[in-house]
Amino acid sequence: MAPASPIYMDNNATTRVDPAVLEEMLPYFSDLYGNPSSMHTFGGQVGRKISQARERVAEAFNCNPDEVMFNACGTEGDNTAIRSALASQPEKRHIITTRVEHPAVLNVAKHLERRGYEATYLGVDEQGRLDLDELRDSIRHDTALISVMYANNETGVIFPIQEIAEIAKERGVLVHTDAVQVLGKVPFDLKTLPVDFLAVSGHKVHAPKGVGALFVRKGVQFRPFMLGGHQERGRRAGTENTTGIIGLGKACEIAMKNIAHENSAVKALRDKLEKALIAAIPDTRINGTVDARLPNTTSLAFQYVEGESILLMLDAFGVCASSGSACTSGSLEPSHVLRAMGVPFTYAHGSIRFSLSRFNTEADVDLVVKELPPIITRLREISPFKHAEGEAPACTC
Amino acid sequence: MWEYTDKVREHFINPRNVGEIKDASCVGEVGSIACGDALKLFLKVDENDRIVDAKFQTFGCASAIASSSALTEMIKGKTVDEALDVSNKDIAEFLGGLPKEKMHCSVMGREALEAAVKNLRGEEAVPHAEGEIVCECFGVTDEQIRRAIAENNLNTVEEITDFTKAGGGCGKCLDKLADLLAEAKGQKKVLTPLTVKPAGLTNLQRMKLVNKVIDEEISPSLQQDGGNIELVDVDGKRVLVQLRGACSSCKSSQLTLKQFVEKRLRETVEPDIVVEEVR
Repeated sequence: MAPASPIYMDNNATTRVDPAVLEEMLPYFSDLYGNPSSMHTFGGQVGRKISQARERVAEAFNCNPDEVMFNACGTEGDNTAIRSALASQPEKRHIITTRVEHPAVLNVAKHLERRGYEATYLGVDEQGRLDLDELRDSIRHDTALISVMYANNETGVIFPIQEIAEIAKERGVLVHTDAVQVLGKVPFDLKTLPVDFLAVSGHKVHAPKGVGALFVRKGVQFRPFMLGGHQERGRRAGTENTTGIIGLGKACEIAMKNIAHENSAVKALRDKLEKALIAAIPDTRINGTVDARLPNTTSLAFQYVEGESILLMLDAFGVCASSGSACTSGSLEPSHVLRAMGVPFTYAHGSIRFSLSRFNTEADVDLVVKELPPIITRLREISPFKHAEGEAPACTC
Repeated sequence: MWEYTDKVREHFINPRNVGEIKDASCVGEVGSIACGDALKLFLKVDENDRIVDAKFQTFGCASAIASSSALTEMIKGKTVDEALDVSNKDIAEFLGGLPKEKMHCSVMGREALEAAVKNLRGEEAVPHAEGEIVCECFGVTDEQIRRAIAENNLNTVEEITDFTKAGGGCGKCLDKLADLLAEAKGQKKVLTPLTVKPAGLTNLQRMKLVNKVIDEEISPSLQQDGGNIELVDVDGKRVLVQLRGACSSCKSSQLTLKQFVEKRLRETVEPDIVVEEVR
């Protein structure tokens, strides 16, 4: 069975809470349990701590603290931004997004289509990159919003948000970006990056699950998603997740200190893992361009094997990763991201994503490099396609 | 994470009978790499029609590999006719059960066996099973679906997808699956059109029966597609309903109303029921 301490390489799914984040949060679970909205000093001190968290997030974003709204998760940020943009411009009935978004955006867009809105889904090339000319051509007089993720969660490919936002601004269209995967990995500055909305999530940056933040640029019309009390200046009702917010603030502070480390040490571990696996396992390729990619992520495709089988065999060694394969998700088709990229089926089903963090070590990488090649060999021996080198078997579907 | 039984895990980690039989009497191939799973089954059959050896090669998830391993263990030593009695349910049971979303892996085992036997008997290996293709994404035919419904007593469209993969891709065939299901259930008279025919139904009986059919059959089926239906009133033979969820904004909701809801109520309650939408 899996060892007590996992070899955790699934940080794009969720991350370990940093011990310093936990320490910051703990008193607010027990002794300091006041309601930040209360008039008394006991609650007020929690309110001040939330203000501090807001300042910390604003510092990481380089924006005004008033522009930071706390919520429950990245998904809520995405939903809120898209719905607000549409509600504040009722005459506009069109949104632009991409085929490779997270379901938090994709399924909102599909839902809106059923409600009479129109949506354009920008495609990507085989390297997972957007075509900005396609974006320019898609903008219409009634386009309410462009919603493009900052970096893709499956491949780690980073999109040119600066250029996308500038194109949108020229044409007077609001822009939202799902920045859940980039916080703490790719530096950005909201004084110079002209997006109107930007969503992040706590549990991707070593804060706990159940907290997120949405940047809403000052002056952009906002329509709340949650109605109720006056929390978050009436923009997001509901008693604050005080401990989560405090944790997110601390995590942002730590993330900013670590961003160079992520792009040197963590990147070096990722590169080592990727190179070693490609060298050891024939018929392996990287999904997505390596030119603009998150420093912690690699999506590797092993031809003629199926992802769930690989994950289960890795699991026996305590290695945690994830797969773009259909079989792991409960859906029957491989990842929409890999399909949008046109990754051949022979590779798509055998795609494994390793996403590292500052808590990974050389020893973790060494273990995966040692254990994975025999797993792939074994599964290829079982597979009927192992001898069909160079040519994909005929598709009967 | 899937909840696999220990037996599935064991047959996945240590699959029995992996490989090819060089001088196989017959080979059965099903699935494709595009579909995400594929199985090639090799059988060695002696002059008494007994399967003396069985080996497999499988591309797929843990349950596909375990199902293949289980199949070969189950059929070795049996005659071909005895082997054909092994159903997908038997394979799943041998493994202590499969997650419902993975039942199609056991169906694949059963289909590979049939393909191998066809090959043995010199029948033409057809690219698809018999029947007309219903699900284009996964190449599933109406015959395969009818059979899965009958053999496994399937009651919802979702179950059809779990067992055959049909409907698991683009979703265009979901309506056809619902029709096939209704047809199968109609024949088996599970939701019996009451033997009491029109003359016999009082208002109260009619109301109760309409309510029952909507609750137990129509509403669960619409929920599959993110929609729902609410019974507002029954006024004589007029059934007044409201569509909810995805149905309320769906362009084909009128079609659903007439061709599914009304059709079904006419079959199960009275042949002259009229369904109307209240907005």
